[in-house]
Amino acid sequence: MIGIISYLAFFLTIALILAITVLGLNLQWGFTGLFNGGIVAFFGAGAYGMMLLGGPERIDGLGGFGLPYPVALSGGIALSGILAVLVGLATTRLRHDYLAIATFGVAIAMESVVRNASYLTGGATGLRGFERPFESLVDGALQYNLLFLAFVVICLIIVYVFLETLVRSPFGRLLRAVRENERAARSLGKSPPVIRLTAFVIGSMIMGLSGALYATFYAFISPQDLAPILTFQIWAMLIVGGSGNNRGALLGTLVVWGGWVGSGWLLTAVAPTHLQLYTGSIQYILIGSIIVLTLLWRPRGLLPEKLGTRHYSKPATDPVDWHSNEDSGKPHAQEAK
Amino acid sequence: MLQSLFDGILVGSILSLGAIGLTLVMHILRFANFSHAELISMGAYFTLTLDSVFNALSNSLSSKLPMLSVSVSLIIAMLCALLITGVIAAIIDRLVFKRLREQAGPLTMVFASFGISLIIRNAIGLVYGLKSTHYNGDIAFAMMLSSDPLLLVKADQLFILALTLLVMVSLHLFISRTSVGFALTAISENPVLAQVNGINLAAMVRLAWMLGGALAAIAGVCYALNNQLSPVMGRDLVLSLFAAAIVGGIGSIYGAALGGLIVGLASSMALLIIPTGYKPAVPFLIILLVLYLRPNGLFGEER
Repeated sequence: MIGIISYLAFFLTIALILAITVLGLNLQWGFTGLFNGGIVAFFGAGAYGMMLLGGPERIDGLGGFGLPYPVALSGGIALSGILAVLVGLATTRLRHDYLAIATFGVAIAMESVVRNASYLTGGATGLRGFERPFESLVDGALQYNLLFLAFVVICLIIVYVFLETLVRSPFGRLLRAVRENERAARSLGKSPPVIRLTAFVIGSMIMGLSGALYATFYAFISPQDLAPILTFQIWAMLIVGGSGNNRGALLGTLVVWGGWVGSGWLLTAVAPTHLQLYTGSIQYILIGSIIVLTLLWRPRGLLPEKLGTRHYSKPATDPVDWHSNEDSGKPHAQEAK
Repeated sequence: MLQSLFDGILVGSILSLGAIGLTLVMHILRFANFSHAELISMGAYFTLTLDSVFNALSNSLSSKLPMLSVSVSLIIAMLCALLITGVIAAIIDRLVFKRLREQAGPLTMVFASFGISLIIRNAIGLVYGLKSTHYNGDIAFAMMLSSDPLLLVKADQLFILALTLLVMVSLHLFISRTSVGFALTAISENPVLAQVNGINLAAMVRLAWMLGGALAAIAGVCYALNNQLSPVMGRDLVLSLFAAAIVGGIGSIYGAALGGLIVGLASSMALLIIPTGYKPAVPFLIILLVLYLRPNGLFGEER
């Protein structure tokens, strides 16, 4: 029984930490139509930033300032934000494809930096060991894990409420306006590049928070945690759940993460020993197929985005709010210039 | 220095072959196709299989070309593989991308291309194993033409250069001398205007995929001859391909060819000043630099 509870707590903690990233991606892709191909880089910036500031002093390198946890956490989030500004400035004024390519590049660049800049990141061995928040408050691993789960839940709720408020605000309408019809948004005197950059940076900072929580939970971060597959998993979660809908994002996270953990467990149990090496490949093919098949057969996900007047506080005559009449099956149709 | 220059040109010409297909498809269909690089792995591995089949069929096919470790069967295998890869590229478009562009936007196609690249890459890993391999045992020890420590050149590498040059020249003749080539250029420069002039868009899209797949397959064989085959070879090249296409200006075939050379040279030269571990980040820096300085690339149009 204790085993099940402790496993469930572990599963949920990781799933909910990933859910925070999915919510960040939903702001970027679901609401603003920004393609982030390097989720793992912003996740990693948060994780490494937090560890550098909050970790114990290191003899073999820079960092390990042992700062109080809230400071370290904010530092990690800020680092993700800075990274997002640098990438966003170069790309958000251009066609969206460039953002996909550039962010994909950020992830690769990030991985080579954390692998090689060992004075800063510990190289391939990563950064480990630091006193986690509230660790001294409770005894026992299970108790601590439950306490940390509660902390993650609180973070998730804060992010969720923040995003829900944001997307229902006039700014949220602006995001969808930029996504659906950039020229119209510009003609209303709005600056699409600025709006896109803002959404991109906020979303990336949420991913940074998620990464920092991940590193806190394990008290360890290494380049292995930044494998590109994480980016694919996060997308699969958002696509399956339904982009443009925060509840869909949460549902998608649980479904896909459950499927991932379950399929891994099943393959390890069923596959003969000499094929164990290939279970990873099979899981990757599954994730790829989920992405492609969902896009083909259920492009709007399990819980599709709801576009309509009832979401908006202002009446449908609001000049920005042209979605009310445009709820066709094309949530992300971009304008081909 | 001399060695870096040579390596850069070699890698650059391979990248050029890959980038041409990428830029064509990216411009006509207006989406960044992340799975293009997997066509490179596909072509290389199809060649591996066909090569062993042809070798088994007849002994005379396995005879090596003079001075090279490349056999007759490998060349025939490559010709077959480029056809197969081209056809598969067109089939993938028919099954996935065509449906997506009819019902959703370009960014959804980017998502799908990520999914497809995951599937292809790992399917290759399942079928051929995760370890890297060679076409035959001799390739790693191909004949050295120059034993000068400043410049090591293998005969195989000159073969690769000659082959890419041959492909480039044929491609240039195809584009600038045939009516199909004109139509393709017209479509990639202005799809709307080209259609008004009676060019069949669907046929040109198919042609672009087949051409891109075939060129990628040749690039894959060249890359495998110079390095080795591995299921992740496409993934390792994808960013360089995008860098090449962006440097050249999306849509420009000649730009992509030049962009490939520039990226290859830059990556190779960069290793003179930065540690080897950072090499994967170089194409990313090139992309950022181009986007900041000249967002439309060398030959790209305003978009």
